[in-house]
This record gives sequence, structure tokens and C-alpha cells, in this order.
Amino acid sequence: MLSEVPSMAIEKVMIKNNTSIIQDEILAHRLGLIPLKADPRLFEYRPEGAVEGTEFDTLEFSLKVRCSHNKVQTKDSFRPEDLYENHSVYSSQIKWNPIGNQASVHKDIDVGPVHGDILISKMRPGHELDLNLVAVKGIGKDHAKFSPVATATYRLLPEITLTREVNGSDAALLQTCFSPGVIGIDSNGCAYVKDARYDSCSRNVFRYESIKDAVILTRIRDHFIFNVESVGALPSQAIFVESVKILRDKCKTLLDELQQFYHSSSITHVNK
Amino acid sequence: MKISELPGDESSGLTCRTYVIQNESHTLGNALKCLIDRYEDVQFCGYTLPHPAESKIHFRIQTHETPALEVLKRGLHDLQKLCNHTLNLFEKEVKEFNKT
Repeated sequence: MLSEVPSMAIEKVMIKNNTSIIQDEILAHRLGLIPLKADPRLFEYRPEGAVEGTEFDTLEFSLKVRCSHNKVQTKDSFRPEDLYENHSVYSSQIKWNPIGNQASVHKDIDVGPVHGDILISKMRPGHELDLNLVAVKGIGKDHAKFSPVATATYRLLPEITLTREVNGSDAALLQTCFSPGVIGIDSNGCAYVKDARYDSCSRNVFRYESIKDAVILTRIRDHFIFNVESVGALPSQAIFVESVKILRDKCKTLLDELQQFYHSSSITHVNK
Repeated sequence: MKISELPGDESSGLTCRTYVIQNESHTLGNALKCLIDRYEDVQFCGYTLPHPAESKIHFRIQTHETPALEVLKRGLHDLQKLCNHTLNLFEKEVKEFNKT
């Protein structure tokens, strides 16, 4: 589902000047993958076939950097940081150019790259970058750069049942078979299931003859644990909400269509 | 048109149909299948992605008596309700969580 929740990403790069050693297309690709902070809920999709973007569906940025020799360096300096100015280009150097009414709707800090320290390119004196970047809204199905999450996974809640009492050294052994915090040992030296949620569901116990008959490993089939790792544009909880909304809207469009479908078929039926 | 019917079931009454839904995948197919499978009168419900490079699913419904179209509509309707319920519950819980 999280390949259908939209986000904003740089889609077009107009290269006015690129004399650095990184090729135009590689540079454009790198720029496309930079996550943007802009809230996709405030933007619309660019209509198919539209050449010009509007203030509602497009964000424009520019990146203009020139590398030069550092005038104020000590004689024996050898590190590139000391020798040159602007020798590494970071995402924080991307400047936002509001179009239309955007400056009053969005704030500068809310649209730019999520992280300012993403290295885009390295340059040497005389190298120059002068680019215009156009960001649009899209979904992960089209290109992974539009995906709002780094990962989104789910698993079932593990359930561990002890069928008999496990004491002493066996209890300690049992504890080591599971993830930390899963099995506890009470004051009588007896093992009990403390919190099955943290278990990684490894089947380590079954390697030991002495305790393998004491455990039943199952999962609760209607208890899902979702793990959503946002890239930064939207908080994870908002991504979840958006994804459920998308599923709901899918049902709605299909239902609406079926309603028409049904009507038209009943009409043909009547005509017969 | 996003949804259409696969030919071949015309002679077998209204109770079995295969629907083709364009631009959908496991996301919708699986969720819908799980719901419809639980309905009383449903004999069989399943879906397939005929080819991974084609973005469409075949959704098969067989019932004892209810028309397949009714079942499909009910399924979609229920899935929609389920989504709304999830949203409400989730937002309530998030609010609760943020309070503490």
C-alpha cells in the first residue's frame, strides 16, 4: 500500500551549466532521489501532458555552485576542505524559488530537502553547477523516489506457550534461545513468557533436546504489527492514515462505477 | 472503464462471475477476497494477477444463490466501512497516545 501514497520529488532537472566530472544524467538521478520536506497533501498531481507547472502542482528549486581556490589558506594545507571553496555540494545549497502565491502558502523550511547534509557532488576549482530543479507529486509505483517511506513492513504478533515448567539451567538456556526480554525467570528459577512481542521468531529452542518439548511457537493470526519508517516528508502515522484513505477511495470509485454498470445492464435487460 | 466482466459465464446464471479490475493489484484483491470469503452464501472467491507485467486482476466470485455482482458490491462497501473504522480508531488511539 505504501507504494501508492504520494510524495514530492525532483522530476526534472534543467542543466544550464555542468562542468563538474559527474555526468548530467547521473547528477539528475542523484537529485531526484533527495527526499523533500514538502507536504504532498498540499499539492496536486500534475495533469498528464501538461508542460508548464502551476503553483499548485510544482515546486521549483535552483542550485548554483562554483568551486574555486581558497584564497586564505595556510601554505602547507593539503586537505581539499582547506584548499578549495565549495568543493563539495550539499543538498542544503539547493535554493527554493516560490512560484505564484507559494511564498505566502508555504514556508521556506517546509519545502526543501529533508536533510541538509546529503552530498550531491564533489568539485575542483573551475567546476561549476547551474541547475533549475522542478519537483512534482508522484507515487512510488511510478518511481521509488516518490515513495514516502524507507521501509514499511508488517508481521504477526508472536505467541509463545510453555507446555511444562522449565527450571534451573534449562530456564537459562530457554532464555538465550529467544530475543532479549522475551523470557523471564521468576524467583523460583522458573521460566515464564514475559513479552512475546519482541521475539524474532527464531526456532532456536528446537535445537536443544532438553527443552524442545516445552515450547509451542505460534503467531496470533489477526494481530498485525506494522512498522512504518518515514523518509521525512510526512510523519509515519500520517502515512498510515493516507494509505487507508487510498484503499477506501479505491473502493469508492469501483462502487460508483458498479452502480453505473448495474444501471446500464438493467436497462439493457428491460429493452430485451 | 476500470471494471469489466470476463466472458464465459453468461449461461451459468448470475451467481458466478469473473471481474477484471484494471490498475489494481494484491492491495485491493487480497483485502477484498478476505472479506468476501467470509460471507455466508459464498461458495468460492479468489483473485489472480494473470501477468505481473500487466496491471490488472481477475476477481472470481461463485455463490449459491446471491448474484455475484451483489456480493462484489457488498464486499466493496464493507471494505470501505472497514477503512473508515480503521481510520477513526487509529486517530482516536493516536490522540490518546499523544496525551500521555
